[in-house]
Amino acid sequence: MEYFLELFFGGLTRGSIYALIALGYTMVYGIIQLINFAHGEIYMIGAFVALIVAGVCTIYGLSGVSILILAGVVAVIYACAYGYTLEKVAYRPLRNAPRLSPLISAIGMSIFLQNYVLLAQTPDFLPFPRLIPDFDFMEPVAHIIGSPELVILITTMVTMILLTLLIKKTRVGKAMRATQQDMNMARLVGVNVDRIISLTFVIGSALAAIGGVLVASYIGQVNFYIGFIAGVKAFTAAVLGGIGSIPGAVLGGFVLGWAESFAAGYISSDYEDVFTFGLLVLILILRPAGILGKARKQKV
Amino acid sequence: MKKLTILISTIALALSMTATGFAADTIKLGVAGPHSGDLAPYGIPAMKAAQLVVKKINAHGGVLGKQVELLIQDDQCKPEIATNTATKLVTDGADVVLGHICSGATKAALGIYKDAKIPVMSPSATNPPLTQSGDYPNFFRTIASDDMQAKMAVDFAIDKLHVKKVAVIHDKGDYGKGFAEFAKKFLDEAGVEVVLFEGITPGAMDYSSIVQKIRRNKADALIFGGYHPEASKLVSQMKRKRLKTVFISDDGVKDDSFLKVAGDAANGSYVTGPRDLSSIPLNAAATAEFKAEYGAEPGAFFQEGYSAALALLNAIEKAGSTDYDAVTKALRTEYVETPVGNIKFDSKGDAEGVGFSVYKVENGKFVELK
Repeated sequence: MEYFLELFFGGLTRGSIYALIALGYTMVYGIIQLINFAHGEIYMIGAFVALIVAGVCTIYGLSGVSILILAGVVAVIYACAYGYTLEKVAYRPLRNAPRLSPLISAIGMSIFLQNYVLLAQTPDFLPFPRLIPDFDFMEPVAHIIGSPELVILITTMVTMILLTLLIKKTRVGKAMRATQQDMNMARLVGVNVDRIISLTFVIGSALAAIGGVLVASYIGQVNFYIGFIAGVKAFTAAVLGGIGSIPGAVLGGFVLGWAESFAAGYISSDYEDVFTFGLLVLILILRPAGILGKARKQKV
Repeated sequence: MKKLTILISTIALALSMTATGFAADTIKLGVAGPHSGDLAPYGIPAMKAAQLVVKKINAHGGVLGKQVELLIQDDQCKPEIATNTATKLVTDGADVVLGHICSGATKAALGIYKDAKIPVMSPSATNPPLTQSGDYPNFFRTIASDDMQAKMAVDFAIDKLHVKKVAVIHDKGDYGKGFAEFAKKFLDEAGVEVVLFEGITPGAMDYSSIVQKIRRNKADALIFGGYHPEASKLVSQMKRKRLKTVFISDDGVKDDSFLKVAGDAANGSYVTGPRDLSSIPLNAAATAEFKAEYGAEPGAFFQEGYSAALALLNAIEKAGSTDYDAVTKALRTEYVETPVGNIKFDSKGDAEGVGFSVYKVENGKFVELK
């Protein structure tokens, strides 16, 4: 039973990070049917910015948690700026182009950003300070769920609740939902669609950056390549849950995290990816639109 | 004109034959390896090493009062050419052979030397069965075999750490998996229980599942085959999960990045790595000799080639003749001072004490354990 709990919380932690990143994919897809392949790179840039801020803060003698919060805030701001610029530079000019063009543009941005960080920072692995302290009250259960996992879980839950409130309860959220349903109609009733799309990118990037900072301080290392793998996994989670659906992305993240954790724990970590992608294939056969996705009729 | 050329070249050939015939009273050191083609960079440094050693020894009066003569043959690292090379060296009367360089070519040529009773020493062929199969009693090498690292790690874990249960993890790559498989083989042979043998995906977000699995199997030690990024993640997560399992790994982890990235969590880990040769005086001297002669850095397998040439000629000197049994016996019993250390060869032909040491991470530094 203890072993089950260990794997359960391991999967939950990993899944909540996947979910945070998957939200960015699914929100963008929901509005402009674009798979933003550069999203994983925003996550990586978030982690790098946090590393730089943490380095500076350590020089000024701040302590663990305050650095974490400060580094997180700066990383989110930077990531938002990147997301905003990305959309303006790479996707907006292609808004009315055939659907493949922005996809290629997205892949190009992904490669560009990876190599930019590779050249501007380093190809090596860098140590990331362990900003989340070990809480004494967690010590008895530290082997099942440690302080970093607890912080990650709480942060992602709070973030997701705030996101839900934003979408369900605010005017901006209403405009976002309207744009998602019918962009032209939304424009007709006075929604500034361009601004809503920018905002979607900004929110998605902020979530990715939060994920990046949390993972980096949990694992203790960053590298220019981490965004690619996390991005692929999160994209899988988004598809699993039903791309375009926000609760679907969260559910997909958790399902993927647990699938990986239990497959590695009970069967073999050799086949971790085989089981998770096998699960994806299975779900897509049974529900082609994903677990919570709605099958939309395509206009031919 | 054409006839004249043929005549001259025939005479030249005939003379050269007599020249070899008259100069029978030399020790003939055959050198075989790739000296042309794309793998030449692996063969040429050992050849140059042999030339340097022979030049130096001849200047000091040679071996057993005779001058040493080099017979250099190219095998391009190709097994089918290597057999021809070997036949040529045998017919030319080589007393000992330094080579071949590539494991495949060495294996192809060894049978021919074995039949001709010629001791062969490779500076670079690392394929384990070449010595361990026992098929080639005439074969020696001055480089550690591929499984040497795993052997060091396992022996250390059993003899020094007294482990009873071991988890073996690898990164599914050729290097890491090879190391892990050898480690598992040696553990099985020693009767130590391998409680877990699995691959992990490099670059995965975290390894908490595998860490929990190690805890569940109550492993005393974790032997990991792979590189430092995964190793750093593993040791950090083991510390996070309060695991006391000892971490043992390979040369791919013996990198400053491991110390830097894993930080405190790395302390108490063990890694195997190439021995620190910089303290051996002959090592620096050989490099300096090469630089003085060629004005460049020596390149791959230079030190091993230099050592092999020294070891072979020293064995002939100690044996007092070029007789096969006497020379192989001398190689197995007489220590010789070389750039890779003060060495002799074990019964199977591997140089003792060559290659790897175990390093412990203490206060963020690798400390070589003697």
